[in-house]
Amino acid sequence: MSGAEGGVSPAAAARPAIGSGRFVPPLLALLCLAVTSVLVAVALGSVRVPPAELWAVLTGDGSPLHRTLVLELRAPRALAAFAVGGLLAVAGALMQVLLRNPLADPYVLGLSGGAAVGALAAMLAGLGAAVVSGFAFAGALLSTVLVFGLAHGTGSWTPTRLLLTGVVVAAGWGAVITFMLAVGPTERLPGMLYWLMGDLTYARTPWVAFAVLGAVCVLVIPLGRSLNVLARGPLQAAALGVPVRALEWSIYVGASLITAVAVTTAGSIGFVGLVVPHMLRLVLGNDQRLILPAAALAGGALLALADTLARTMIAPEQLPVGVITALLGVPTFLYLLYRSR
Amino acid sequence: MAVLATQDLVIDIPGRPDGAPLDLTLAPGQIWGVLGPNGAGKTTLLHTLAGLRAARRGAVTLDGQPLRQLRRKRVARALAVVFQERQDGFPATVLETVLIGRHPYLAPWDMETADDLAIARGALECMELASLEPRLVNTLSGGERQRVAIATALAQTPEFWLADEPTNHLDLRHQVCVMELLRTQAQAQRGVLLCLHDINLAARWCDHVLLLYPDGEACWGPSGTMLVPEALERLYQQPLARTELDGAQVFVPKATGAIKPPRPAAHGRHSQ
Repeated sequence: MSGAEGGVSPAAAARPAIGSGRFVPPLLALLCLAVTSVLVAVALGSVRVPPAELWAVLTGDGSPLHRTLVLELRAPRALAAFAVGGLLAVAGALMQVLLRNPLADPYVLGLSGGAAVGALAAMLAGLGAAVVSGFAFAGALLSTVLVFGLAHGTGSWTPTRLLLTGVVVAAGWGAVITFMLAVGPTERLPGMLYWLMGDLTYARTPWVAFAVLGAVCVLVIPLGRSLNVLARGPLQAAALGVPVRALEWSIYVGASLITAVAVTTAGSIGFVGLVVPHMLRLVLGNDQRLILPAAALAGGALLALADTLARTMIAPEQLPVGVITALLGVPTFLYLLYRSR
Repeated sequence: MAVLATQDLVIDIPGRPDGAPLDLTLAPGQIWGVLGPNGAGKTTLLHTLAGLRAARRGAVTLDGQPLRQLRRKRVARALAVVFQERQDGFPATVLETVLIGRHPYLAPWDMETADDLAIARGALECMELASLEPRLVNTLSGGERQRVAIATALAQTPEFWLADEPTNHLDLRHQVCVMELLRTQAQAQRGVLLCLHDINLAARWCDHVLLLYPDGEACWGPSGTMLVPEALERLYQQPLARTELDGAQVFVPKATGAIKPPRPAAHGRHSQ
């Protein structure tokens, strides 16, 4: 982020300069945060599960009511929230390096717009939740291909060109979404609005998102150092032996796919992908080998907690989780940015 | 011994005639200076020599093998490039920046070793940057960043240096410091090629000179034969005075007393 007056990276002063050991303390701390967030998410709700009872349930004991509540209702949703948050944060971190633009987020290339148009179209047609997800996924991929094809155009694409194409395509989707909301029947509007702001109510199977999150972490972490080099610009990266085109392609396709999975699971949840990587950069420095796994953990924890608040704040009514991520994320981010000066 | 050479190389500057194909041989121990006015193609040549840009014709070879057929990582171990422009969108610390010079030597899962750290710290020491180690590069001055770039190339422990105006932004003492470093590198049997704007730096430190003209013409050879007022005046379209000082030639521009009207800009030409 922009220049600290003293200019000393907060991460650099304290930790040793090399070796993977320096990544362990921050990742352990974030892992604890992640586990805590999921535990809090399954314990809180209309019926509160006290810690002792939660432990009993998790170790295969406990009352049938609590077992159903925790294992069948809350745990899938909490884990889905965690996985989606992790995916969005990793996608954001990747997009920011790819476009070398700190304002990039998983949705910047029009992905969420395409997904939303797909999902809303399915909702307007009165199709079931599974079809809505399928349409959302298809819409996200269509948008990805569209943006890349248009940005590619005459043969060369630059980050700026890709970014501008994405922003304009997203604006186009936005108009289509507004049109759909305007002509949609009144009784379908709340569902549509909730989808647009992120909604985990229908996320019953966290495993797809979780498997993707795990796979992404395994695939992306060995690329961390190459990404560090790429962040110094494509020419410098090529001069240091990075296969720039291939790497950029993989990031683009990978980030698009994982965003599509996230959007399909939980609707379009803003802010996680933009804010989580930056928060981590402000605190942990700019090594992608640390930032990417940290983003998976922190993004997951943020969304699991945000979804818990969304369920409980005005219970029995639910809030769209996107509202909570923004309400939590904005002040935290601004505080860190202010402090970093 | 490794050799970086070109065969009938024509660099690709859109809209420019081929001019003179280049047959250069950058051998270990040599320091080449590339001189030419703005837009003559110095940077394009440097990028082409590094394999970062396709040539219009001809080839660049490293030890007889065409550069474009070699793996980028292999090339990166042999050639270090000091760019004129650099991006710090996601600022890292000075030490982290210099450590990326070790990237070509590490497998994807490898972390930097104590040896890599020692090499990076040595490079920082050499560029008088040790005290700036924990600073973020975007908070440094232009000259300090230039030294970080040179330290990064030094950490790359290359066989050949391709440096685009390595003395940009540097104060006099650090200009000399960098040129002396490059001379030491040449004495250690590395090849060095520099794009320069300062004829006097070339006269003092380069043993070979390549003159690039805006129309694609070029001539090259030992500096003694190339650095003569007639050739340089034609190169820069600028009358020069020459004198000798401490055993080195010194060129000073003569005041022409008139500002020439601007020439029409060539279309699509790459800036230096």
